[in-house]
Amino acid sequence: MFGYYIKLALKSLKRNPILSLLMITAIALGIGASMTTITVNYLMSADPIPHKSDQLFHIQVDSWDPNNAFNDDEEALPNQLTWTDATNFTLAKKALRQSAMGMSGAIIEPKGDDAKPFEASIRLAYTDFFGMFDVPFIFGSPWDTSSDTNREQVVVLSKRTNESIFGGENSVGKTIVIAGRSFQVVGVIDDWQPMPKFYDVNNGAFNETEELFMPFTLKEELELPNWGNNNCWKSPDGEGYKAFLQSECINTQMWVELPNETAKAEYMDFLNNYVMEQKELGRFPRPIKNRLSNVMQWMERQEVVEEDAKMMMWLSFMFLLVCLLNTIGLLLAKFTGKSAEIGLRLAVGASKSDLFKQHLVETAMIGLLGGIAGIGFALLGLQGIKSLYGDFVDDLATLDVSMVLVALAIALLSSIAAGLYPTWRACNIAPASQLKSQ
Amino acid sequence: MSNTQTSTSINWEIGPIFRAMLRNKVGAILIALQIAVTMTIIVNSVYIIVERSKEMQRDSGIDNANSFSLTSVGFAENYNVPISVEEDMNALRSLPGIVDAIQINAVPNSGSGWSMGLKTQPGVEHDGVGTAVYMVDEHGINALDVEIIAGENFAPTDIGMRVVGQVKWPAKTILTKAMAENLFPEIPYASVVGKSVYINDTEPMIVVGIIDKLQAPWVGWNNLENVMLSPERMDFKGSRYFIRTEPGQRDTIMKQVEELLANSNKGRLIQGMRSIEETRERSYRGHTAMIKILSTVMVILTIVTALGIVGLASFSVNQRKKQIGTRRALGASQLAIVRYFMIENFLISSIGVTLGAALTIGLNMILVNTFGLDRIDWFYIPIGMLVLWIVGQCAVFGPARKTANIPPALATRTV
Repeated sequence: MFGYYIKLALKSLKRNPILSLLMITAIALGIGASMTTITVNYLMSADPIPHKSDQLFHIQVDSWDPNNAFNDDEEALPNQLTWTDATNFTLAKKALRQSAMGMSGAIIEPKGDDAKPFEASIRLAYTDFFGMFDVPFIFGSPWDTSSDTNREQVVVLSKRTNESIFGGENSVGKTIVIAGRSFQVVGVIDDWQPMPKFYDVNNGAFNETEELFMPFTLKEELELPNWGNNNCWKSPDGEGYKAFLQSECINTQMWVELPNETAKAEYMDFLNNYVMEQKELGRFPRPIKNRLSNVMQWMERQEVVEEDAKMMMWLSFMFLLVCLLNTIGLLLAKFTGKSAEIGLRLAVGASKSDLFKQHLVETAMIGLLGGIAGIGFALLGLQGIKSLYGDFVDDLATLDVSMVLVALAIALLSSIAAGLYPTWRACNIAPASQLKSQ
Repeated sequence: MSNTQTSTSINWEIGPIFRAMLRNKVGAILIALQIAVTMTIIVNSVYIIVERSKEMQRDSGIDNANSFSLTSVGFAENYNVPISVEEDMNALRSLPGIVDAIQINAVPNSGSGWSMGLKTQPGVEHDGVGTAVYMVDEHGINALDVEIIAGENFAPTDIGMRVVGQVKWPAKTILTKAMAENLFPEIPYASVVGKSVYINDTEPMIVVGIIDKLQAPWVGWNNLENVMLSPERMDFKGSRYFIRTEPGQRDTIMKQVEELLANSNKGRLIQGMRSIEETRERSYRGHTAMIKILSTVMVILTIVTALGIVGLASFSVNQRKKQIGTRRALGASQLAIVRYFMIENFLISSIGVTLGAALTIGLNMILVNTFGLDRIDWFYIPIGMLVLWIVGQCAVFGPARKTANIPPALATRTV
């Protein structure tokens, strides 16, 4: 019977090709627009490290100005740490893994006369960074803990940097000149692009991973420039780079890995004690307020999902609503036009539920076709987003299998919902009146 | 007399049309709803588009079309920043086609820069006013194409050399008119010249001049025109240069400058050379994208709604062939038939746009509360209503005219 209904549905669709096309296109446009915006929102709010995002915590302490909170929101805490606090927290080793981190950049001078120097971005971190975030290595491994303490000039390269300097071969043990110094390569990581780039959303939540990784302690040793956000409520006590590092300016991110609630509670105690000690030294003039946010909480607090993307999503849902209203109206008109045929079928013995099923198959068919065309429109829409926003959204504008399934499901469900009332009304006619007018 | 009267006065038949509509409520409601939601989206989209365009058209203060910037990063062991900058400036300023060139810490509208707080009284307990800082020498005014409207420019002897991690600020500053008025709202901006303002809570700087207009680096910042100039060059490994050219020569000069600087000193890298137009385009990319997306949505939406009206009108026409035929046979003119459908659509549209006006305001309130948009100007709503009315009338005109062409005989015979 189902096969027969499908045949009937196709026949009915072909009978009014323009009307059918109109309904299918309307649903396709609505689905296309919604899928485009849902995809962008979904990827912006994705969990960048799903297997342990609830065990990784970003640290905030209120080291800010006694007279003013960090921003207009009295509850707000500074979004980064001072170099001093981040270093102290890392050296205290109170968590399973921990790393202070920051962003910098330097000129790389590759060997060979025709090789041109170029500027590369640097992630400064402790060696725990790699284990904590499960960074995949192709060659070598993270540097030793001793390299952190001894401030050794060691470097881990991104896959792309390794390709441009060493042609992609195993470069572990080789040396390169960075910021005028000779560095030894200890490892090369595989493609690693967490989306969002959760460990440092201040410097662009969807920016590319840095090209080099080196010990955080080298920031002080080599006086590496501070890339990215730096915020001060009070000027440094004294002139020069050392004074800047030791100032109350915040420019450092800090993540810790705490495997369970106990570890988290203990870490909070540690933070509170730390602030209390610092208060005795005359720092932390504000009331004690510390916070640990896991990855998804931190993404939420930092409002990683762009407002424009959210706004666009709500508008696209309204767009879909218009398209559905359109479809309901057209279906209603169409089924009313079929009253005579329905009347005849009722008169010769078809049950109402048979007719209901038959017409539901027809609307589902419209929905399915609209959904499939809608995926096409979504791909087009995502291409449009890429060309409008530039390279940085490349990873935010790709359709995956689950999104395709969601698209089809929404299309099918919404078209069936749209078809319910017209179908119900069509099946509730009195056959006599329809037959009489023939 | 009575004859002319009957032929000129038109019976609008609003009563019968309305009663007929009530017999097919659902169809009418669906169209009305569709028109209402369409209007809601379109009017709010137009509003967002207009707001964003306004933001993009704000005057940056600099010569957008004829300026560009670049970064010179020294890496060689013996690279001396102050000497290199001095040499570069001499070379650039003497190059034909260049109006002026400066070393600057940040490029207007580029998205990254420095900000500080200024106070009118010294002490941590007083509130400060946030401002963007541009460090420039005495050529800053000319290179940035701003005008001193009160006071005077920095003298060459005022220019200091800032080192990494420096806390101290120079003794003089120049403020934008907007910044001067924000700091001293009580007095005319010209009287701000000669006053002391305090940076880092207690360090005084004397305002020596006021410039007309200059925007900060961050285009999304509320106080975009709060800007101060500080008379300094910078001994930083990475130096930004801002260069203004004679009209129309920017692109040629950019090529020349790249070559000139790259060849003059091998111990540094020239990068990030970008015209101000491109810099602004990057900063406003989100706005441009939003405008294009919303425009596309509006066009598609209008077409979908219009086609929906056409489709429904065609069907209701088909259904009412008998009625139309009868009316034509009884002497109704073609015009009367067309008028019937036009008025029917007008009535439905009226319900739709009235509901639409309410929904538009509702959506705008949500946008205001959730996304911090401004409240919509009232006149958008009547204009939106008018547009949707016209769209509805245009959409229904085609099917209505086709109906009117049905010969009365055929119409009555077919049933």
